[in-house]
Parts: sequence; structure tokens; C-alpha cells
Amino acid sequence: MARSLRPARADDLGLRRALSDRLLPLLVAAMTFLAALALAGAMAAAGLAEHWRTGAASMLTVQVPMPEAPAVGGTRAEVVTHALGDTLGIATFRRLSAAEIATLLKPWLGEDPGHLSLPLPAMFEVRLSGDPFDATGAAARLARAAPGTLVERNGAWLTRLADLVRSLRACAALALLVVAFVASAVVAVATRAGLAARRDAIEIVHGLGATDGMIASQFAERVMMLAVAGALLGVLLVLPVLLGLASLAAPFATADAQPLQPAQLLRALPPMLWAELVSLPLVAALIGWATAQATVRGWLGRLP
Amino acid sequence: MVRLESVGLRYGGPGGAEVLHDLNFAMAEGGFRWLLGPSGAGKTSLLRLLTLAVRPTSGRLQLLGAAVERASRAELPLLRRRIGMVFQDFRLLPHLSAFDNVALPLRLAGRPEGQVRADVAEMLRWVTLTRRAEALPAELSGGEQQRVAIARAVIGRPALLLADEPTGNLDDTQAERLMQLLRELNRLGTSVVVATHSTALVARYPGRALVLAEGRLVHDGASDDVPRAEEAT
Repeated sequence: MARSLRPARADDLGLRRALSDRLLPLLVAAMTFLAALALAGAMAAAGLAEHWRTGAASMLTVQVPMPEAPAVGGTRAEVVTHALGDTLGIATFRRLSAAEIATLLKPWLGEDPGHLSLPLPAMFEVRLSGDPFDATGAAARLARAAPGTLVERNGAWLTRLADLVRSLRACAALALLVVAFVASAVVAVATRAGLAARRDAIEIVHGLGATDGMIASQFAERVMMLAVAGALLGVLLVLPVLLGLASLAAPFATADAQPLQPAQLLRALPPMLWAELVSLPLVAALIGWATAQATVRGWLGRLP
Repeated sequence: MVRLESVGLRYGGPGGAEVLHDLNFAMAEGGFRWLLGPSGAGKTSLLRLLTLAVRPTSGRLQLLGAAVERASRAELPLLRRRIGMVFQDFRLLPHLSAFDNVALPLRLAGRPEGQVRADVAEMLRWVTLTRRAEALPAELSGGEQQRVAIARAVIGRPALLLADEPTGNLDDTQAERLMQLLRELNRLGTSVVVATHSTALVARYPGRALVLAEGRLVHDGASDDVPRAEEAT
């Protein structure tokens, strides 16, 4: 009686054949793949933008026109140098060399700006320490020491980067919504196909006293299992892609700009992304279970 | 137990065909009724009403103490578990073994698996299908499938047992055994309604009979008193 000795919650409706373990898992795997890419893309872009934002926020550029002209206590460049050294919130600063300024101006002034006899300003690259910094007060103090001195913060870039991060997150959220909707539609179609294939069996067990919940649960458990299998497959497939992208993106996010070594690859993905990848099968299970429940209960509503 | 008051049934909404008209009859607990009438008279529709496969579109239907026309959907599964039905076309689940088909009502009712196995084994022994317990319906003969369907209908000791041409695929010996079972269940308190075209069967087991013609109840009395013109043809 081997076939008879089966658990009480066995496949009374024959759903193993009605809901095949081929098409639905593959479709869910594809949806999971896309969802993982959307999540990783949003997270990577946000991370890079944050990296650039913190870099830009901690930098100032100070321009001192006519740097060699006299001022009180030395040349204008010298008094600005003293003033920067006395300003709270500045970690380091340095004056760009003539060669560095020439390189910066090369697109506009050609190879040798010196032959034009233009009065080039002194340029200071200032890195902030992260402590509170009074930019307005510092600019005023520098202007008093050497009138005409300009302090340039990267505020416009910061605003644009913030807008970029928000846009990327909104795009990722929209992509995830679309993926979830499509996944739900796929599950609903598969469940309806299963209902059509098992219509007679459902009517028989319904007539024998099965509740809507019993019938819907059999469908939901089967669909949930297939969705989890598909999502796990999707995660496995997307993982090498994400690790490859992380390897390519690593130089943009680190100071040393070196590609990752193979041993560092697994650590290249942020912990939050790992958590999201782990959660994708759970979300797929939830979508599958809830969609199957709703679809079957809706269908059963036609029976008395 | 079973009471119909002006019950009508119409398929396909208000504009659909009315297949049962103004039915009135009552059957006490432990009652027995033959259900007779020519093809298309409404016997199957009445059985569908009594198995709660459909609800009446008019009138009142009292079944096992519940007003069916007013009962919520959540109440109906518990009622259905107290009703056994033997279908003319067996209606076995093709992917389940004979054992599992018979076990289905008990499992749906949440009986412990140990009790399910013991009861099913006993029931299969009674219908002489112990050796075919593992067989799928497609591997069984018509008579064997009919016996599985009968075993499934009675294993839950239903309060109301309905049968639609239950002896149609049985040989004389099996038909005799089935009628003995129905009479025994009836004697133990199960109400039984048997739809049949077989005048010989009714003659062999006389009792009360309901006769339908064109969806109307034209006779409710002793089977011996059924006018020949109204009998099954």
C-alpha cells in the first residue's frame, strides 16, 4: 500500500501536474533577476553618488587674484595662507603649483598660458575636517585679508547629486513595482490555468465538504513553493552578474582605484544588498501565496 | 431533515430555463425515497439541490436543520460533509488511488490519519477492493470504480445519502450488496434518496417514491402506487 501511505496534506487536487515545476519557476527567476538588478543598480548609484557627494562637500576652492601683490603682513597669497591655517574646520590645504594651474587652464588657454601674460590667480585646494565649518565667515575673513578672494563651495553639484540619487531611487522603486506586478500577473495566469485543468477535481472536493480555504491553500502552497524555487534560481543567476559589476565599479568607489582581487569579490557587495537578495525569495513566496489565494478564492466564489 | 417548500430552480440567471417548479415534500430523519421519472424530468437537478451543488432560486429548502437558501457559504462545507453522494459517472479523482479516493471525505473532515487508514481498509474490504487499494481509477473496471464511489459516499457515515443510478454499472450480486448496504444505513438512521430508472429494482425493494415529470413533483407516496405512465422509462 505504498501509494496509500501518504501524508494527510498530500496532493489531493493533483497540482503537481496541473502547476508544472518548469514554466512558473523560470518566469519567477526572470522577475527575480530583474528585481535584483534594479535593487543593485539603485544601491550602487546611490552609493557612488554619496561617495562623490561627501567628497565634494568636503572640498573648497579658494582663488586669490594678484597673489604676489602686497597686503598687510606679506603678499596677498601669504596672508590668505596664514588665514586658512587659522580657520577652524579645515583639515588640510595646499596651493596649486603653476604647472597644475596650467593643466587646469589648458582647455581654454592652450599649452603655455604664461606667454599670454595673463595675471593668473593663486588657487588653494582646501579639504575640510568634518568639524563644523562656517563657510560664510571664512569667506569674509579671507576677503578682508586679501580683498577679491573667492571661496567656492560645490553646492550646485551637491544639489544635482541629491536630485540624481532621488531619481535613481524612484526609478528603482518603479522598476520593482512593475516587476512585482508582472510576477503577480504571471502567478495569477498560472493559477488560473491550474484551476481550469483541475476544475472537475475542485468541484468534487468542494462537494465533499472542502472549504475555500482548504482548496486555496493547496494552490497557494504549491505556487509558493514554485515561486521560491524560481526566486532562488534567479538569485543564483544574478549573483555572478552583480559580482562582476561590483568588480568593475570598485575603482570608482575607492581611493586607490584598484580593481578587486577575486578574494575580495564577495565583500564587494554591500551587506544591505545581500540582505535584499536573501529577501527576494521571501517576497516571491509572499507574492505567489497571496496571488494564488486571491485568484482561487475569487474563482471559488462562483460555486455555491 | 429534508423539507422543500415551493422550491424552484432556474439555471443561468433570471432569464434562464426553470428546471424545477414549486416542489413541496418532506422526509424525516431515517427516511427512504426512490426518486423516479423519465430522463430530463429533473431528478439530477433535485439531487444537485440536495447535495448543495446549487441553491434554490425560489422557495425554502431545509436540509439537516439548516435553511439552505439563507445559509452563508462558510456554513455549507460542514453541511456537505454530512451528505454522501454516489454519482452515476463515479466522479473519482483520477490521480488518486482507490484508497485515497475513499479516504478523501475523512481527510477533509480532519480525521486522524490512523483512523482514516483503519476505516478505509475496512470499507475497501467491504466492497471487496482490498487488493485494488493502490489502483488508480483508470486501472479499475466500471464496476470497481462504482464500488469505490460508493465506499467514498458512505465512509463518513452521512446523515443523508443520495445516489444517482447507483446500480447502473454493477452486476446483480454487487447491486444486491449495494441495496443491502443502503437499507442497512437507512435502518441505522441515514436518510436515503436513490434516483433510478430501474423499475425492477424498485419492485424488488418497494418503499416511498418521489416521481418527477417536467420538473414538477407528480407523486409522493408508495412506490407500488406509482402510475405506470409516471414511472421511469
